[in-house]
Amino acid sequence: MSEVSKSSSGNGFEPRIVGFFCNWCTYTAADLAGTSRLTYAPNVRVLRVMCSGRLDPQFILDAFRKGADGVLIGGCHPGDCHYQAGNHKALRRYTLLKRLLKTMGIEEERVRLEWISASEGDKVQRVINEMTEDIRRLGPLRLPPIPHAGRMPGEAVERVSSIGQETGL
Amino acid sequence: MTAIQGDGSIRIGVFICHCGINIAAKVNISEVVEFAKTLPHVAYATDYQFLCSDPGQELIKTHIRENNLNRIVVASCSPLMHEVTFRRAAGEAGLNPFYVQMANIREQVSWVTKDMKSSTTKAKALVAAAVRRVARHDALEVRQVPVKADVLVVGGGIAGIQAALTIANSDKKVYLVEREPTIGGHMAQFDKTFPTLDCAACILTPKMSSVAVHPNITLLTFSEVVSVEGYTGNFRVRIKRKPRYVIEDKCVGCNACVDACIYKQPRFPDEFNVGLSKRKPVYMPFPQATPSVVLIDPESCIQLKKGTCKMPCVDACDRNAIDFNQKEEFLDVDVGAIILATGYQPFNPSRIPEYGYGKYPNVYTGLEVERLVNAAGPTQGQIVLKDGTKPKSVGIIHCVGSRDQKTNPYCSRVCCMYSLKLAHLIKERTEAEVFNFYIDMRAAGKGYEEFYDRVMSEQVQVIRGRVAEVTDWAVTPEEEGKLVLRVEDTLVGVARRIPVDMVVLSVGLEPQPDVEQVQRLFNISCSKGGWLLERHPKLAPVSTFTDGIFIAGACQGPKDIPDCVAQAGAAAGEAMALIDKGHVDLEPNAAHVRENCSGCRTCISACPFHAISLDKETGLSVVNEALCKGCGTCVASCPSGVAQQQMFTDEQIYEEIEGIMNYV
Repeated sequence: MSEVSKSSSGNGFEPRIVGFFCNWCTYTAADLAGTSRLTYAPNVRVLRVMCSGRLDPQFILDAFRKGADGVLIGGCHPGDCHYQAGNHKALRRYTLLKRLLKTMGIEEERVRLEWISASEGDKVQRVINEMTEDIRRLGPLRLPPIPHAGRMPGEAVERVSSIGQETGL
Repeated sequence: MTAIQGDGSIRIGVFICHCGINIAAKVNISEVVEFAKTLPHVAYATDYQFLCSDPGQELIKTHIRENNLNRIVVASCSPLMHEVTFRRAAGEAGLNPFYVQMANIREQVSWVTKDMKSSTTKAKALVAAAVRRVARHDALEVRQVPVKADVLVVGGGIAGIQAALTIANSDKKVYLVEREPTIGGHMAQFDKTFPTLDCAACILTPKMSSVAVHPNITLLTFSEVVSVEGYTGNFRVRIKRKPRYVIEDKCVGCNACVDACIYKQPRFPDEFNVGLSKRKPVYMPFPQATPSVVLIDPESCIQLKKGTCKMPCVDACDRNAIDFNQKEEFLDVDVGAIILATGYQPFNPSRIPEYGYGKYPNVYTGLEVERLVNAAGPTQGQIVLKDGTKPKSVGIIHCVGSRDQKTNPYCSRVCCMYSLKLAHLIKERTEAEVFNFYIDMRAAGKGYEEFYDRVMSEQVQVIRGRVAEVTDWAVTPEEEGKLVLRVEDTLVGVARRIPVDMVVLSVGLEPQPDVEQVQRLFNISCSKGGWLLERHPKLAPVSTFTDGIFIAGACQGPKDIPDCVAQAGAAAGEAMALIDKGHVDLEPNAAHVRENCSGCRTCISACPFHAISLDKETGLSVVNEALCKGCGTCVASCPSGVAQQQMFTDEQIYEEIEGIMNYV
């Protein structure tokens, strides 16, 4: 199992959350949180996209499939999108995706969309801490593993795979 | 996959930066290096103290050559900080610069994580993600686009004026847009300027007239920007010219129409004198207004309201300059760079009811007193109370709407100094006793502390404490008919009641009320509270996150005149640097649509920039690269997955997710 889980505290579960942050607002805010030395839970691992409108709902499903316990999407506040309205599109897709997740038996709280502007480093800290605690409370997602998912051709490295292995699903 | 060197295999080099102790103190570097060596396609991994330094970059270049690397991952600070540096280094070593991916293990790992173990794990995950991603990178070419040679400056206060003049003096064309009928901004309303006590008009009006006559400046007053399209180097801006009902080219500012107006006496609040005097419906904003052209206020002009005036103004004008049929007009300009100098608004003290502004007639704001002190003001420079008598005692309250959790937490930076200046001027004109109520005296600037000493030597009284309330409730006979300031003198530790005739509220600076519109129009961000956000608070103070748009003056945050002027010069320099280069390099992150497009047009409606169209002959969607800004929203919306964004392909993102999740 991952090192995070070994070093866990509380109920012994350290959620792994994928963050999709837009370049102009939320990613910059996360940098600002760093510059301001605001410490927060290490559970969110961030992936940068130019705009939250770039997020294909399949990315979120893929993150879950690959073992994420939660997905955090960060975009600019409505009206502040660097590309006019990409965040509105993200919101629409997110709303539909939440419904879909529900039918798949995935708790809605596992995906969260937040508007965080470039100056809101403190909001990055708060949202990440909150979400980490929320997901910790929910527990691991435990999706069944997908055989050979994401393996590079000829790749020999033994990797941590989906949590399903551990549960024997 | 394109352009793999050598035998065609992918060879990734991973470079982990210590950033001194910034990363190394929280991330076990050697553990991450060893981990990186186990990742797919990694041919080499090492660490270094400062990779961004010259020897650090040299190290990367050497290893690219010696180890035949064709991809590199740099795990260090944010890509927003040094991506350019490492791309350049890779390019110098003969690699396509886009074969570089960064893992942000400083801002988003070592600086934000408490313990070393979690930091190291997170750093590993980000390195794995970068390695997986970079293997799927493509060799890309930077797009070069020519830039337009002209500059737009928005806001005609001192910052906008300075920026416009600097650029115009370099022989470039400038459009200066001001929404008020005249340029000059707040500085034109001030009487004297601290700490030198220069007369504000004497130093400002020569600059205003230089703007008016400069052959390279197109001055567009009473105008507003209504839309901005395009991107750095190539903006198309639509400007609305509001009707003045006076033909600007014909009017010479003789004021004959003002004298002839059917209203024999001025009856409407004069904006320039902050409502302390009256004007007519046809008026010159102030004597040195630039351009020197009158305007007619449609709210108060009988002809414009009811159409029943005899229009003596028209008869009085021998140049036929008055045109009641004037309509708003639109002007499109193409510019390469934009400077925003949209200024601030003074804090409205009615939001602090304890201070009685609006309730007690003799409670004034700092700006109102500026007009009272001014020789061209409503009282010809006499400082008088509402009943016409001179005040014998004046209380000046600092930090009104500043350093206050209930209103604005920040220091407005200018109020201490302008309070001292007003104290000096009031003392000079009236010999009244002047009390300054301050929290801390902030005199940080060249000659400011000396000015404070000078005002102290003039027997101005200072009391340290935030005033609790201004009241007319007298408890002693001496307080009858006075305004009483209740304050805790924190240096002595006693509650005091100071009766005065006049109260001056040193109001702070706030963002313009419509700053949100400005922000949206120009697509830039705001910091907390609504000040326009600079790209970097220290190293890019006049740039914004939108390339080609710069900010200057108090729209970025409270600042005094010298700082506004300095910033305007800096913004002008940045704009000129952009334009003189002649072209801009655009990130090759445009979208494109592959052949097996079904022609469903979903992407066309998703694109906010109208960059996609349907090729009628082939029935496929086509992206116009010059218009595409690289948001990727079309890619996310494409049902058949044939739309892709360079630098952010589906494949690259899936690989990144894989790396982020499945190694640690």
